[in-house]
Amino acid sequence: MSNVPAELEYTEAHEWIRRLPDGTAEVGITDHAQHALGDIVYVELPEVGRTVSAGDACAVVESVKSASDVYSPVSGEVIARNAALETTPESINQDPYGAGWMMRVRLAPGGGDAKTLSATAYTDLLSKESD
Amino acid sequence: MGRRTALFDRHRALGATTVDFGGWDMPLHYGSQIAEHHAVRRAAGVFDVSHMGVVDVDGARSREFLERLLANDVTRLTAPGRALYGCMLNEAGGIIDDLLAYRLEASAFRIVVNAGRREADLAWIRRHAAEFGVSVVEREDLAMLAVQGPEARALTAKLLPPAHAPEALALAPFHARPFDDWYVSRTGYTGEDGFEVMLPTARAVDLFEALRAAGAVPCGLGARDTLRLEAGLNLYGNDMDEETDPFESALGWTVAMRPVTRRFIGRDALEAIERRGSARKLVGLLLVDRGVLRRHQTVTAPGVGVGEITSGGFSPTLERSIAFARVPAATGAEVEVDVRGRALRARVVKPPFVRNGQPLVS
Repeated sequence: MSNVPAELEYTEAHEWIRRLPDGTAEVGITDHAQHALGDIVYVELPEVGRTVSAGDACAVVESVKSASDVYSPVSGEVIARNAALETTPESINQDPYGAGWMMRVRLAPGGGDAKTLSATAYTDLLSKESD
Repeated sequence: MGRRTALFDRHRALGATTVDFGGWDMPLHYGSQIAEHHAVRRAAGVFDVSHMGVVDVDGARSREFLERLLANDVTRLTAPGRALYGCMLNEAGGIIDDLLAYRLEASAFRIVVNAGRREADLAWIRRHAAEFGVSVVEREDLAMLAVQGPEARALTAKLLPPAHAPEALALAPFHARPFDDWYVSRTGYTGEDGFEVMLPTARAVDLFEALRAAGAVPCGLGARDTLRLEAGLNLYGNDMDEETDPFESALGWTVAMRPVTRRFIGRDALEAIERRGSARKLVGLLLVDRGVLRRHQTVTAPGVGVGEITSGGFSPTLERSIAFARVPAATGAEVEVDVRGRALRARVVKPPFVRNGQPLVS
């Protein structure tokens, strides 16, 4: 059973969003996503300073099986990226909501985020997908 | 739903993610493909390879038949228990399948073929067997386990009756022999030492469990693929098929062009190809930049032409990406690969990349 922390928001494309009090948000991929991908061997992250819009392909995660785009669930400016993933991409498998975070975005004032799901709604989505 | 081996329920119980392979539901991995890969390089892993086709050929003219059928020369199998690797070709020199041929007895052979090619192979074999009067029997009553890694042989031999263990350990590479209802062969597809064991399907679960209890890590087709790629071993359907010949598939060494009197199927076409030279070759690539090489990516040899990756992925042993690519024959030491729109640099190397746990390229 996938781990779906209650305090995070989710997307139908299996990204998570952690909104912080300073108007920024951390983004990564979910436990379900990392499990479906298998061992992750390479991660390509957006440059710091890049402006992303919700729905933009902003990162690539490559597993032993395949390459997958990661779509930004939020709009704003990338203010940090998890450079440690370049040498330890397996952190996404081991700790998708912690050490496996991918980027931090200063949210655009006008919003423009993708449709997000609560932990409960995301859990429902996963149970439907496995049917 | 695909076909299932005798071990399917065991794979599911162990939490395997399964995948369709050649019409069979097979384990892809049991949790971590990379951990399984390392287990084989460092200790021992066990693979269910019961999906492979086992075909016994028997009859007074069986050797003569296989001399005609196979591009490698079974007269090299001078005694029962010897094995060789080779290709079965069509008249145009295209590869119908790659296989292992074992000599069981003076006039009996066993060939082991790829799961996805069983039907095509059997049709071809039966068609050509008729004129030699040999029997062709598919051994669907047999399961096969591959036990691979530096500790694999010792661990497997302990499961034999004590009198047989030294005999099993004495088997040289590409040699095999029966032990009661097991047929044990010192072969594999990983670049490590090990055994492949054919045995009655009803006994497969017991052997699999005994090997696990002895410390062999269950490994899926994912690890099997990265291990064979590191070991420089081709995969049928990726690196060769009926449209490619052995010379452009780095398999020239498996073709016995001598004696010239042996008129094997495909020989005429290969002689013509030898005369004019191959336009393409299959090479190893080692990615210099960061990224992952994948099948079907375009390879550019500067000033020469373009080719394509036939198998690619991440090498857990080298911790970088490696591939096989079919490229123009004049390709030099460096190429560029189009990886998702980026031109990445790769070095051309001669496989294997890894053998017996040791990196052979850097």
